[in-house]
Amino acid sequence: MKRLFPILAILTTIFLAYALHLALGKDTPTDAQQGDVYRIIFYHVPSAWTAFLLFFINFIASIQCLASAKESTQRAAKWIVIAVGVIGVIVTYLPQVQQQLVLKGMRPSAIATTVLCIPAFYFLVGWLFPGDRVDVLALTTAEVGVVFCTIVLVTGPIWARPVWGIWWAPGDIRLTSTLVLWLIYVSYLILRKFSSSAQTQMLAAALAVFGALDVPLVYFSIWFYRTQHPQPVIGGGGSMDPRMLHVLLMSWLAFLCFAFLVCWSRFRLELLHREVEAAHAMESLGGATAKPSIPLRRAQ
Amino acid sequence: MTLWSITLATLKKDIRLEWRSKDALNSMLFFSLLVVVIFMFSFDPLAEESRHIVGGLVWVGFLFAAVMALNQTWARELRNQVLDAYRVSPAPANALFLAKALGNFIFVGVLEALMTPLFVIFYNLRVLGPAWQLIPVAILGTWALVVNGTFFAAISLRTRSREIMLPLLLFPISIPAVVAMVASTTAILTGEDSAHFYIVLLLTYDVVFTTACLALFEKILHAE
Amino acid sequence: MNSLKFLYAAYVATWTIHVFYIGTLVRRFSRLRREMKELGKGK
Repeated sequence: MKRLFPILAILTTIFLAYALHLALGKDTPTDAQQGDVYRIIFYHVPSAWTAFLLFFINFIASIQCLASAKESTQRAAKWIVIAVGVIGVIVTYLPQVQQQLVLKGMRPSAIATTVLCIPAFYFLVGWLFPGDRVDVLALTTAEVGVVFCTIVLVTGPIWARPVWGIWWAPGDIRLTSTLVLWLIYVSYLILRKFSSSAQTQMLAAALAVFGALDVPLVYFSIWFYRTQHPQPVIGGGGSMDPRMLHVLLMSWLAFLCFAFLVCWSRFRLELLHREVEAAHAMESLGGATAKPSIPLRRAQ
Repeated sequence: MTLWSITLATLKKDIRLEWRSKDALNSMLFFSLLVVVIFMFSFDPLAEESRHIVGGLVWVGFLFAAVMALNQTWARELRNQVLDAYRVSPAPANALFLAKALGNFIFVGVLEALMTPLFVIFYNLRVLGPAWQLIPVAILGTWALVVNGTFFAAISLRTRSREIMLPLLLFPISIPAVVAMVASTTAILTGEDSAHFYIVLLLTYDVVFTTACLALFEKILHAE
Repeated sequence: MNSLKFLYAAYVATWTIHVFYIGTLVRRFSRLRREMKELGKGK
């Protein structure tokens, strides 16, 4: 598996270069209203989607961490997750809900697929990352997610300035929710760094769950604030030129491959770090027995 | 013994201890006064727009006072291994959490009750909207800060630099509650909007996070 | 065009952040490998 890394790295670099060529190339049309600066979205949007995916995986891994403490909670969590998937899909296809979704321009099948991701990811993560490795996954996805989220928050204002004339709109629900998500995960990483407890993973997992509960509330609070305070008219509600959409998706795929490699590296780094810590601990124990003045075994 | 009887017993103990020593209470009262005075010098009370920003100033002031109060929530329990004694006792962990949260609620409530007249005086406030709505906003908003604050204060116990850890954890999670508190207070003071949605949002926030705290507190308490 | 400055700034910023992060990973990797070697020698 490790030998694949250099090959995948080279392939990903080529893919990213291709995506960049598409993003800046003449084949991709220029936006009628924004000019060429709209091409920032080919980096901004894939970074956002990647960050949200990584944070979602972190949330799943955190629930696994919390549930794995006892056999009963583990079983309960599995059933709850299956129930969420089943009920979610059924609700999406209820006639009243379908109507509401169609009115808002969303397809029920898309929502149903998204809901099904929850149990799918839960079992996939549990199978691929057994035991302590799920905690390493949580840390990895949080850290790499923060990096991608930082890029979203940097490229967002850079795009907003020429297009809207302002760096930041407090009522912009997407950017502000992303900022809060970034803050929550930075505090998550700080908690991990500053906590010396044996139960760090539990504490951090609890914080991740709190963060996940918080995000929809953030969304609603800003959404209502925006309806009361007129905000700059933000384009993007309309449909996208299919060539632009193609470039966007290629760019996202390239960044996903890149994110996968970065996560893999970070994962291996964390495993090595834990190995080194364990080796240090063993050495301290071994060092104590080597000193004749502090024998650990009673003299016969 | 039921959950409530243990909660009340612990709460009474905390209030009694605090009332006898009064060290936290006195320093907190003075800190609250200082916060109001600093705001008065920083944001001109006579400006036309002051009514629009006072909602924000009041809640930021309460937030800082609450963080100072929450930081010493568990300090007393750490001395003399009281927290360890609690962990090995058969008393449910939720009783301790509720007692602490209620104690903090009363404490921060007292601070708010003392800071509010100062804001009214310094900023010459008159409520143009339905004034009675400020009561549910105050109760729900304070509980929102206190319930998460008590939980994160317990998490911070297991970290280095625990005093700075609490605001680092609490502020991001509290953002929707702060938005709701500030917007509803401004709406009521200016009388320009309805605070109804924000009060419902605060209620939802309180229910969601009280449930989450009660569900997860035992794990936090038993962390080494 | 003036707005092209912003486009290039965004792309440069993105890769600067990525390169910086990968740099920290590489540095931590080499430090840990060195520590592992020293621990191996010490045994």
